[in-house]
Amino acid sequence: MFHRPRIIPVLTIIDNDLVKTINFKNPRYIGDPINAVKIFNGKAVDELCILDIRASVDGKEPNYELLNQIASEAFVPLSYGGGITNIEQIRKIIFLGYEKVVINSEFVRHPQFIKDAVRVAGSSSIVGAIDVKKNILGKYITNSKSASINHKSSPVDLAKEYEKSGVGEILFTDIAKEGTKLGYNIDLVYSISKAVKVPLIANGGASGLIDIQKVIKEGEAHSAAASSMFVYYGKKDAVLISYPSESELEQIEFSSE
Amino acid sequence: MIGIIDYGMGNVNSIVNMFKKLGFPSQIVSDPLELSKFNRIILPGVGSFDHGITYLKEKGFFDKIKEFVIKKDNILLGICLGMQMLGLSSEEGSQEGLGLINFINKKFDFASNNSNFKIPHMGWNYVKMHSNQLGEFLNPQKYYFVHSYHAVVQDSNNVLFMTNYGYDFPSAVIRENIIGFQFHPEKSHLYGMELLKRFMEYRYVS
Repeated sequence: MFHRPRIIPVLTIIDNDLVKTINFKNPRYIGDPINAVKIFNGKAVDELCILDIRASVDGKEPNYELLNQIASEAFVPLSYGGGITNIEQIRKIIFLGYEKVVINSEFVRHPQFIKDAVRVAGSSSIVGAIDVKKNILGKYITNSKSASINHKSSPVDLAKEYEKSGVGEILFTDIAKEGTKLGYNIDLVYSISKAVKVPLIANGGASGLIDIQKVIKEGEAHSAAASSMFVYYGKKDAVLISYPSESELEQIEFSSE
Repeated sequence: MIGIIDYGMGNVNSIVNMFKKLGFPSQIVSDPLELSKFNRIILPGVGSFDHGITYLKEKGFFDKIKEFVIKKDNILLGICLGMQMLGLSSEEGSQEGLGLINFINKKFDFASNNSNFKIPHMGWNYVKMHSNQLGEFLNPQKYYFVHSYHAVVQDSNNVLFMTNYGYDFPSAVIRENIIGFQFHPEKSHLYGMELLKRFMEYRYVS
């Protein structure tokens, strides 16, 4: 009996606050991240992805104090990303109880870094992040530092570089979809999924389980991550932490067989 | 009172907190001489076999753990690397394990199956109950796994749970007052909590 694809809530943090953005902009205060983690514990989430969206821009160290509290409260697998620039930080975070670290900006600045990280922590502990935006000509380009810096690589090229460096997974986010609940960028997810063997986590745009089913079935993503659908409820985006039940998740048709 | 061994490998906090949530107080044990104060000891662990054994020896836990289980009222639970160290040895290293249960640890080998399974085995997976010493379960149970090496058990009486990843392997072992879980109950939310509850109810009756 094999386990269904993973469905992963992403919690975006600024300082000690849980926030939610749209297109990586205009963070709205959601609540206390530790409280959210406690609630997710009780809802049996597959895993949680904690992203500090200011750490890399501000050049700050990860918020170890908060990360420690989260790890102590989370009875679920955890990954952390945000401002990871050296191996010592990776060691510290994994020692705190995080299964994986997500690296974006630093890879683009120092490609050797990922190879070193993989060697030290093991490939399954390293997730390469790909954030994309369309440029003026309508071409997809990859970004880092919370979308403040553009790079020359196409998403597929970046995915291939990550694969060569040995990452265990790739976390792909279409910034234009992020926070919009307009659905994932299925085409782009599909093209990345087909280009590499590394498991792909699709992120950005989910409004509900239909979108999740679509990105896994049609986009051929390995797992699906989402944020808005797990922290908001209803047309007015009231704050409510939720997660589908196991029976709801098992009913999703993940493959075309 | 539960004692959780801190020998420098593995994150003890989640384990402490899960027991706390279940209503069972626990203490982190850094001094091997204190083991005798407890009647249930958890041996956690994340990392390589040789590192684990070396640290256990350096901190003086290796022999004290063996002493601890002589008294059959005491229960020892090894988690992940902690379970692997209960065995005789591991392909991962050259150190001798605690040798408390008759098994060795081998790396996942899919060559003969020609499959696409990745190593390490990382993610949620189901267990099949091989023995009901921790009670019956009404529904399929799943736990979170992160490991590249798995137990190969001599006597099937020592198998508590089996799991399939490319092929079937023992995901939990048991011998009298010694239990091992290859997966992480402290990362398996509601499933892990139910299992640790069962663990607390378990007594060895000869």
